[in-house]
Amino acid sequence: MFKLRSSKKHFRRESTPPNQASFAHLYISDKSNRPDPREISSVYRSSSALKQRFFTLHTFIKFRPNLYTRHPIPAKIMITTQRSPTGGGGLQSPRSPSSQPPFLSVSVTDPAKMGNGVQAYISYKVITKTNLPEYQGSEKIVIRRYTDFVWLRDRLFEKYKGIFIPPLPEKSTVEKFRFSAEFIEMRRQALDTFVNRIALHHELQQSEDLRTFLEADEQTMERARSQDTGILKKKPYDLMQIFRGVQSKVTDVVLGKEKPVEESNPEYEKFKKYIFELEDHLAEAQKHAYRLVKRHRELGQSLADFGKAIKLLGACEGDALGTAFSELGAKSEMLSIKLQREAHHLLMNFEEPLKDYVRAVQSIKGTIAERANAFRQQCELAETIKLKEIDLNKMRLIRSEKLFDAEHEYEELKANGQEATRRFETIVRLMNDEIVHFQEQKTQDMGRAFHEFAKGQARLANAIADAWRSLLPKLDSLSVS
Amino acid sequence: MMTYDNQRFEEPQFYSSREEMDSLLLHDDFSKSKPSSSTGGDDDHRRRSISTTAPFAEIPTSESGDPLVHLSSFHQNPKSFNSFVDPPSYADAVIRSFESVQSAQISDNDAVSTSEPSVSHYFIRISVTEPRKKHDLANSVVSGGKNYLTYLVTTWTNLPEFNGTEFSVRRRFKEVVMLSDRLSESYRGFFIPTRPDKGVVESQVMQKHEFIEQRMMAMEKYLRKLAAHPVIRNSEDLRMFLQVQGNLPLMRTSNVAAAVDLREVVHQGKGGRDLVRMFKELRQSVTYGWGGTKPPLVEEDKDFLEKKMKLQDFELKLSNVSLQAESLVKAQQDVGETMGQLGLVFVKLNKLETEEAVFISQKTRARDMKNMATSSVKASRLYRELNAQTIKHLDKLHDYLGVMLDVNNAYSYRSKALLTVQTVVSEISILTSRIEKLEAAAFKIFGAERTGIQKIDELKETMRVTEDAKDRAVKEYKRIKETNKTEFERLDKEKREDFFKMLKGFVVNQAGYAEKMASVWETCAKETSGYAQSCS
Repeated sequence: MFKLRSSKKHFRRESTPPNQASFAHLYISDKSNRPDPREISSVYRSSSALKQRFFTLHTFIKFRPNLYTRHPIPAKIMITTQRSPTGGGGLQSPRSPSSQPPFLSVSVTDPAKMGNGVQAYISYKVITKTNLPEYQGSEKIVIRRYTDFVWLRDRLFEKYKGIFIPPLPEKSTVEKFRFSAEFIEMRRQALDTFVNRIALHHELQQSEDLRTFLEADEQTMERARSQDTGILKKKPYDLMQIFRGVQSKVTDVVLGKEKPVEESNPEYEKFKKYIFELEDHLAEAQKHAYRLVKRHRELGQSLADFGKAIKLLGACEGDALGTAFSELGAKSEMLSIKLQREAHHLLMNFEEPLKDYVRAVQSIKGTIAERANAFRQQCELAETIKLKEIDLNKMRLIRSEKLFDAEHEYEELKANGQEATRRFETIVRLMNDEIVHFQEQKTQDMGRAFHEFAKGQARLANAIADAWRSLLPKLDSLSVS
Repeated sequence: MMTYDNQRFEEPQFYSSREEMDSLLLHDDFSKSKPSSSTGGDDDHRRRSISTTAPFAEIPTSESGDPLVHLSSFHQNPKSFNSFVDPPSYADAVIRSFESVQSAQISDNDAVSTSEPSVSHYFIRISVTEPRKKHDLANSVVSGGKNYLTYLVTTWTNLPEFNGTEFSVRRRFKEVVMLSDRLSESYRGFFIPTRPDKGVVESQVMQKHEFIEQRMMAMEKYLRKLAAHPVIRNSEDLRMFLQVQGNLPLMRTSNVAAAVDLREVVHQGKGGRDLVRMFKELRQSVTYGWGGTKPPLVEEDKDFLEKKMKLQDFELKLSNVSLQAESLVKAQQDVGETMGQLGLVFVKLNKLETEEAVFISQKTRARDMKNMATSSVKASRLYRELNAQTIKHLDKLHDYLGVMLDVNNAYSYRSKALLTVQTVVSEISILTSRIEKLEAAAFKIFGAERTGIQKIDELKETMRVTEDAKDRAVKEYKRIKETNKTEFERLDKEKREDFFKMLKGFVVNQAGYAEKMASVWETCAKETSGYAQSCS
């Protein structure tokens, strides 16, 4: 019914326009093209060149205002995090001082266990360094816990519909109690990534809630946190539950709902289908990746046990053969250590990025649900308005006293309807850009993950080959002695 | 789907002859990668010669069929995924040179030559194949006839004792059992290989292909072990078993230790005494325990005791190593399997991204995923092959556990012999004392002279016989001791050789496959090097 003009042209085709390359530069989080800092400042100065780029870009996108072109001067962000998951970013500031490029850098560090027993939790130090005027000072350190991060995410999700909010690490009910060092480190890294992605996002970085999160003292934070448990009843994942029914229309009939109004946008449909399939496959990949980590650990353990046993055998055997056994056992034990190390590397640099990918896709599903909601609202309002119009005309005919009130209501409704439409269209517009960015980002992330995986495996294999090969001459000499 | 059913540490029979072995080296990985499986359907895979040099076939993602199906069929059809072994690497070279060096000496039980690095190159190779059902007609009237299986036992040899270089006979398991019993008797003192289990065999079980395969392989292994033993190899019984057509005769043949049957030794001429003697031996062994009668002959052979203890210790440690080796192999298998599954998921992802691609970035990602997938699958295959080889090498550990069993059997013979000697000796001392007593008594009583002297004479006669028996028992015991000694020496030497070979094989194997895997991943890393983080 409501065919949306916006979405169709937005998806880029395979026949790349000549602006493709320049457009890529605009995705400043594209690591492979991370601009030289000197280059950036020159760009900063020669804003005209950029304006040129933006104009051509503009024409390509057929006058669709682009999220990233609202402010003409992207500047490089300095990241001083422990692990920088994304590269340079863009930060816009309307009052860009020419003295120093504006920056906002955040890091999540120093996990510490607080409390005892069932109420124990981990607190993190969040360090913010910035020169933005909106912020209280140039450096601020606050203490935050996981639920604070959840609060931030929920707020952003409510306020910035259409944008893919960066995903959070999972809430863990059981593991949390074990609080293994590895778990804590993985969580810390994921939280660090989370905040940084927000800080790098052109829209999200301007959020007041972000400022609160980064600056407010603990009491304020706590107050804010407890306030919202009432307001934000509808969590994004609840929406997703409902949304899942959208896929199968039968479910909705069963639930007593009428057939929901859906966008008749084939490309968007394709995208939705893609997202759902992607989630399945990615979840499977992550499962296998995690299992692979475990297998590495098990192999390491077996090698250690085997080495030990064969060393014992060598001890009881004595002579050249005994020495041979002992040497082999020692090598085995050494390789076991290498395997454990590789397992850890695999976990951090391959499995976690995959998990991050899964979470990101899940977050997108939340946004999809929001869009469906907005669309539904818009449709419902449109229906209501139509009915109201009919009513109104009827009233006009019979010259009812209630006409004035009815007209007033009608105007209100129309305003609401426009508002709903606006909201929906914003979501669509935002989503389109987000999708482009998402795909780019994920190609980078995955490429890096694959590279680390391959590098790690090659390193391990070489170590194994070297270790065993170095043993051979010894074996030879022993066997003839 | 990618199940790896190589739980049995069986020896794969791949080489049809020693000469072919070298030529098969390139195909080694593939023929060896097919473990001696229990399902008959894999038979033809074992014998298949894989000689293609086609480059690694791209995992097609465009076909309508699921790539999973394609890849699962590759499991039975390795022909399509061959080539990455071909470019000769250090790994190949090492494996090849190792194999050729070893083939001059005793190789993987396939061809057995004389143990010294000799010029003569006598060899004997045995294989067991072709199970066939036969019907036992002899009892058909009574019991309706029993079905049994015969196997084709083929021997290739150039040993002069055999008339001919290649011959086959049909044997059933019962005959193997007979052979084993005879050898146990004839070659007491030697570390005789133990025969495969009989087990309770119902006709139902016999039908099962798995069972038949297992039995066949066990038989083959057993016969090869026999042929590997430098003394038993020359046994007439063995020769007859391998060569003589038709059912084996039940008669005893003369052999090394035949003349000395412990029982005959001790019970010569005195059939009625058997029971009595056994009683005495029983009493003897009991008094041993209670330290009653002081045994005149102790197991004083310190050397023997030392060796025995050492071997017991060795056995203990060895069984521990074998346990750990099993879990190592399992862990290796698991890594390979999971790696393969990961690769398959990425194939699926690649398909999804390719089909649903809207952006260039998706296409790039799809390509990256494909690279990842192919590397993973390659690595997974390498793990599987590595494992098959590892099993082959570490199987030696299991073999030696079996050898320890044989050694223990030899110990028991030794103890029995010793016990017999001691029994006889004590009997002699008893007789002596009785004779003395009687003789002493005889001087005092004149009347009972006749009977007394008769008795004394009888006893003296018994004494003589028993002395003879003692001589024989002692001789037998000495022989067993000697045999034990030479066997220990042989065992030591063979153990040394075998284990060095095993270690070297294991190490070369690991190094070779690690190298191959490194090259696979290095290529993959290079292809994704564009994403390398410039920092960190």
